[in-house]
Amino acid sequence: MSTAIDITDLHVTIGGSHILQGVSLQVASGEVVALLGRNGVGKTTTLRALMGLVPRSGAVRVGDQDVTRWPPHRIARLGVAYVPEDRDVFSALTVGENLRLAEQVAAPNYDGVYELFPELRQRTRQRAGTLSGGQQQMVAVARALLNEWPVLVVDEPSKGLAPRLVSELTDVLARVSATTTMLVVEQNLAVVRRLAQRVVVLDHGVVVHLGPVADLEDAGLMRQLLGVSA
Amino acid sequence: MTVLADLTFSAVALSAVYFLAASGLSLIYGLMDVLNFAHGLFMTLGAYAAWDLTTHLTSTLSAPLNFAVGVVAAILAGAVVAGLTELWLIRPLYGRPISQILVTIGLDLAAVGLLLGGFGSNSLSMPVPLWLFEATHWGSLNLPNADFVALIAGVVVLVGLEWFLRRTRYGIIIRAGVENRDMVRALGVDVGRAFTLVFVLGGAMAGLAGLLNSVVFSGDLVSPLQGDGLLIFAFIVVVIGGLGSIRGSAVAALLVGVVQDFSNYYLGTHPGMAEIGNLSVVLLLAVVLEWRPRGLFGGTL
Ligand SMILES: Nc1ncnc2c1ncn2[C@@H]1O[C@H](COP(=O)(O)OP(=O)(O)OP(=O)(O)O)[C@@H](O)[C@H]1O
Ligand SMILES: [Mg+2]
Repeated sequence: MSTAIDITDLHVTIGGSHILQGVSLQVASGEVVALLGRNGVGKTTTLRALMGLVPRSGAVRVGDQDVTRWPPHRIARLGVAYVPEDRDVFSALTVGENLRLAEQVAAPNYDGVYELFPELRQRTRQRAGTLSGGQQQMVAVARALLNEWPVLVVDEPSKGLAPRLVSELTDVLARVSATTTMLVVEQNLAVVRRLAQRVVVLDHGVVVHLGPVADLEDAGLMRQLLGVSA
Repeated sequence: MTVLADLTFSAVALSAVYFLAASGLSLIYGLMDVLNFAHGLFMTLGAYAAWDLTTHLTSTLSAPLNFAVGVVAAILAGAVVAGLTELWLIRPLYGRPISQILVTIGLDLAAVGLLLGGFGSNSLSMPVPLWLFEATHWGSLNLPNADFVALIAGVVVLVGLEWFLRRTRYGIIIRAGVENRDMVRALGVDVGRAFTLVFVLGGAMAGLAGLLNSVVFSGDLVSPLQGDGLLIFAFIVVVIGGLGSIRGSAVAALLVGVVQDFSNYYLGTHPGMAEIGNLSVVLLLAVVLEWRPRGLFGGTL
């Protein structure tokens, strides 16, 4: 199986603090990997570094390209779609404009996106800033699915959502994962269990555990790594 | 009543010039975090380009046609110089906003110095159609034609800019980029092109503002420091309107123009009050910022 994402010895320093201190992880094509860890250990920073959004050193490869020094737009255009932690929909733009901005291929798959999120079809002219948190998350995910890119990077899709929305969104991501390589940061372990084949656990800017998703069932290990009872 | 109407009309014409000067400045700051101190230079160069062409190359054309050539020259000069400024000076300094600001100050100082050396510090007179000096009488109203030209230019640019920002892909990129540049990039968009584009657009509007400033308010005179004088008011308009907001710039330009003109007219003739118009504008700025620290439309386009 070929490697879709290959991060080796990734270091990130922001404002004098050494946030990532040699993170290495791989995601094989077609695989779903969950990146776990307590608050503030560097999960979001890892994804942002992968997308080229923060200064980084080490090596980041996407497919067979070394993208370590590439700007974000070139990395994205390799086929890496990104759903950021706080959705980052453009609040002054309408839903339709948010989606239009994300178009990068000749035939963006609007039908597929509206099938997954029928609610958005009626709201194309609504300003994204006036949507509920759940609807904004739909826009952020829809934006990432529009181009049917092979790799999807998602940061805490369930954050701040009501349980019903979490399960709807997890259904969507599960459907997408059938055809897409995914690296997903997620605190909700039920969501992780549904989506991921493997887990990677970060602590203080380094990887402290790699293993199959079944490792989540090892309560002692999870308490030690995440400080939670799984 | 008539005085009031005449005064309002000329204030709105002044506002139109402020809007043209400010909207590019606001877009550039909103999208790129660059406080562009070279914007005054773009205005000055617009006026000089118009002067140069209309007094030399095309001076044999009929007056209206010659003026039209001047308008096009001002717009093109502003656009080209601004575009090159972005590509040559701003682009190498991406990610270093302080250096970008300093380089625009340096460019302005150097280029204004060159203009002073090349053309002298005296104002030059631009040939314009006599029609511009006349006024249209409408009932008891007395509306200067030059003010009409400024007003129409301001409205056309406002409508055009709104259309561009709302209907075109680059417009959407710019509005999105003002809100969150990184996210635009992460969607696969090369924001660098939008950066050059806002400079070109801003420069075009600045060039036009520079020319209109000469024609409408400075008795057809062109001088090396005119743009920097206008730039101060443009900055005030941008701050009052809210950085990055075109509608904010339009509303703030109206406020500033009206406050300035009215206080000059009603108070400026008293002894020692010659600067009252400018003082009122600064007071307006203070009041607005006290009430809304991010400006009237701070944060949204
Ligand atoms: N721009 C920044 N400037 C300074 N420090 C930052 C910046 N971004 C993140 N950090 C710090 O880096 C560390 C890791 O942050 P990061 O957001 O990557 O963690 P996380 O694992 O995603 O946390 P959470 O679970 O809360 O989302 C934190 O201590 C955070 O305070
Ligand atoms: Mg995070």
